[in-house]
Amino acid sequence: MSDQYPALIVVVPLLSALIISAVGWVNKRLCFPITVAALAVASYSSIGLLFRVLDEGVIVYRLGGWQPPIGIAYYVDYLNSLVLVVVSTVALLNVIAAKKSIELEFPEKTAPFYTLYVLMVTGLLGIVVTGDAFNLYVLLEIASLTGYGLLAMGEDRAPLATLNYLYMGTIGACFYLLGIGYLYIVTGSLNMVDIAGILPSLYQSKAVLAAFIICMVGVWLKMAFFPLHAWLPNTYTYAPSASSSLIAPLMTKVMVYVMIRLMLTVFTPEFVFDTLDISNVVVWLAVIAIVMGAILALAERNLKRMLAFIIVAEVGYMVGGAWLGNRIGMTGAILHIVNDALMTLCVFLVVGNIVYKVKGYAFKDLQGLFRKMPFTMGAFVIGAMSIIGVPPTCGFFSKWYLIAGAIQSGHYEFMAALLLSSLVSVILFFRIFEICYYEPFSDHHEHDHQPEPMDEAPLTMLVPLLIVAAILILVGIYTGDIVNHIIKFAIPESLI
Amino acid sequence: MAELIPIIIAKYNYWIYITLMMIGLFAMIAKNNLVKKIVGMNIFQTAIILFYVSIGVKKGATIPIIEHGHGEAAHHAVQAMDYINPLPHVLMLTAIVVGVATLGVALALAIRIYNRYNTLEEDEILAQIRKE
Repeated sequence: MSDQYPALIVVVPLLSALIISAVGWVNKRLCFPITVAALAVASYSSIGLLFRVLDEGVIVYRLGGWQPPIGIAYYVDYLNSLVLVVVSTVALLNVIAAKKSIELEFPEKTAPFYTLYVLMVTGLLGIVVTGDAFNLYVLLEIASLTGYGLLAMGEDRAPLATLNYLYMGTIGACFYLLGIGYLYIVTGSLNMVDIAGILPSLYQSKAVLAAFIICMVGVWLKMAFFPLHAWLPNTYTYAPSASSSLIAPLMTKVMVYVMIRLMLTVFTPEFVFDTLDISNVVVWLAVIAIVMGAILALAERNLKRMLAFIIVAEVGYMVGGAWLGNRIGMTGAILHIVNDALMTLCVFLVVGNIVYKVKGYAFKDLQGLFRKMPFTMGAFVIGAMSIIGVPPTCGFFSKWYLIAGAIQSGHYEFMAALLLSSLVSVILFFRIFEICYYEPFSDHHEHDHQPEPMDEAPLTMLVPLLIVAAILILVGIYTGDIVNHIIKFAIPESLI
Repeated sequence: MAELIPIIIAKYNYWIYITLMMIGLFAMIAKNNLVKKIVGMNIFQTAIILFYVSIGVKKGATIPIIEHGHGEAAHHAVQAMDYINPLPHVLMLTAIVVGVATLGVALALAIRIYNRYNTLEEDEILAQIRKE
């Protein structure tokens, strides 16, 4: 059974998606249990896989028994087994938390929603687990197309914003495909490990250079790296809360994983950092991304839009950390994939709860929320502390690694941007705490003023949120173990 | 100019795909109508399909079907040089499916936008949004 984990991770959600859409015609109430069961199997397999990787090292799974250069192989190593656990766990927790808001926001369309949801998770898990460059493109499009569907279910401007995302996303995926085409011309292979074995003799070739740059631009478009981020804020703001709390934590983070996979496995660190002399430029772009993300977030008067711009800044953290060109920076970037997925999930679940109860997410709707929803806001404080980077929440530790990496490589501008962005986050979140805690300002002379009664979100929404908040602190406490037992082996020895 | 022509003719498939790609990109950026943008997006995808199909070509090779591929003849050695590379073509079958799916989703979104704003011209939609 445990031999089949890599296939189960993708096959079970894929088949369940078909079953859910069929069952939806008969009885809508069965869709939710099937969704949870499918995601639970994926989650269980990915955790089992992580422990197997810790025991045995890299696992190669040949789909249908075909040998790797010809057949498609799934490679599970330290890097993607960690990301798999994050993706499947986030998806599982989010679907449980989102059940009530799905039923409230579109009661007629629950079955199509769960179908798209599970298909999207299939795509994301497939991107992470696959060892074939073209297979990655197909799964990327599965995840994107279902993502467009989920995002466009929102009200008001959602379809227009999603159509813009679709244009940009298609360009991004096509660029990735084009880059893979160039790699195929020079190597004649699509298997990542095989390509990596053939490439070193071709590093001086212009086609390899073009392939790398085109792939990178495509992936940056997909992850909303700063100059290419224009699609993100509107799309995430107008999306229904159940979709935005799935897509905001996972889509950008999985694309960062793809970038790191291309840099470390398909191309080697020697090529990326030594042969190619662009790492300084990319780190500067990341600096601009962080600063602009922070400033644009500061200008918003709307919680969800503000969080969307924070994601733009966070993408800058991860891209910059990966391109610093040293081991500590790369450790920080990989750790931040895990941490950022969890803390983005935490704050977006809070938004989901607020929307469920208050029906709005503009700053003026947030008044008095600490009294009304104390547990939700408690989790929000933990999520916010993690984004700011306060120990012992996990956000502190990845930021620590990123800053240490920046100092070691002499990129002081990146360090400055990280510190500036942390300070701006302090302003952003404490402004919200102030609104939620102190407003509406009450006049002490009015004795008939009654405080609003507690009106907390339902337990099914609250419990997953509190679990995520607890995970944020637990991951923070066990950061040392994660780094020493997993991430240390995920980075090739040649990167110092 | 005289040196340029052989360069263009020698690698004309690349030039064609780049031209098509740029036409698509131009339509996506510059056109005002949402459906024209979607058409541009489709041209963009098709350009890459053309690129893939053209890289499978070999001089003097034929289609990759083995004649009398059953029984005794199947055991003869196959010369790779005699057949064009079928792999990029097979990959593009998948990419065509993806392209069609993307087109479908995009057109569905365009219908929803039309129902909401009663127009598909981007400037008119933006004017309506600004008014709200």
